Amino acid sequence: MKEITVCATVENIKTVTDFVNEQLEAFDCPIKVQMQIDIAIDELFGNIAHYAYNLSDGNVTVKVEFTENPLAVLITFIDEGIPYDPTKQTEPDITLSADERQIGGLGIYMVKKLMDEIMYEYKNGQNILSVKKILNA
Amino acid sequence: MNINKAINERELIIALEGRLDTATAPELEAKLNQSLNGIEKLVFDFAALDYLSSAGLRVLLSAQKTMNKQGKMIVRNVNETISEIFEVTGFSNILTIE
Repeated sequence: MKEITVCATVENIKTVTDFVNEQLEAFDCPIKVQMQIDIAIDELFGNIAHYAYNLSDGNVTVKVEFTENPLAVLITFIDEGIPYDPTKQTEPDITLSADERQIGGLGIYMVKKLMDEIMYEYKNGQNILSVKKILNA
Repeated sequence: MNINKAINERELIIALEGRLDTATAPELEAKLNQSLNGIEKLVFDFAALDYLSSAGLRVLLSAQKTMNKQGKMIVRNVNETISEIFEVTGFSNILTIE
């Protein structure tokens, strides 16, 4: 398992994405799966950067580990910000027309659709959010 | 992300290259805000776009709402990853994809 700890800022989405991609390369991850993982990082790390610390400074630790049978990556985001469980978020109504559409809620919805699992727990003052994606499906 | 703009009278073509995500979506939004006045046909060319996240969807939705009032909007050359995102989010029903 490898991990990185960075400030919860939008600028660091790229730092974390590069960090994860570097490790995916060792597993011959299909490009489409890698892009789906990158999107999930943009949504989840982006959410933390925007909301977890309410504009004050704070850190996020991102852990990357691989499991076998089937080969999958597990990415965990840990922050000490405001408790927030994205898995409980109401799903957006995706059948509405452009003019009726609301802006919010799409990011987490996409993560749920693109990843194989999303898990959340709040423990010892930490938001612990993980996503799992099978690499060779 | 690179944004390439071509204007032909009342038609605006915007070709995107790279990733349309949290970091880059505000730049596209700003460019659209300056450019849509008087435009009747807006074309997005995604041939060189790798993927987009919800931040990008927000900008597309806002552009679609504007163009519904003043003309039409078309999205071209969408790759498989982006096409799947449009499907799962219902954007395939909102956007005109060629």
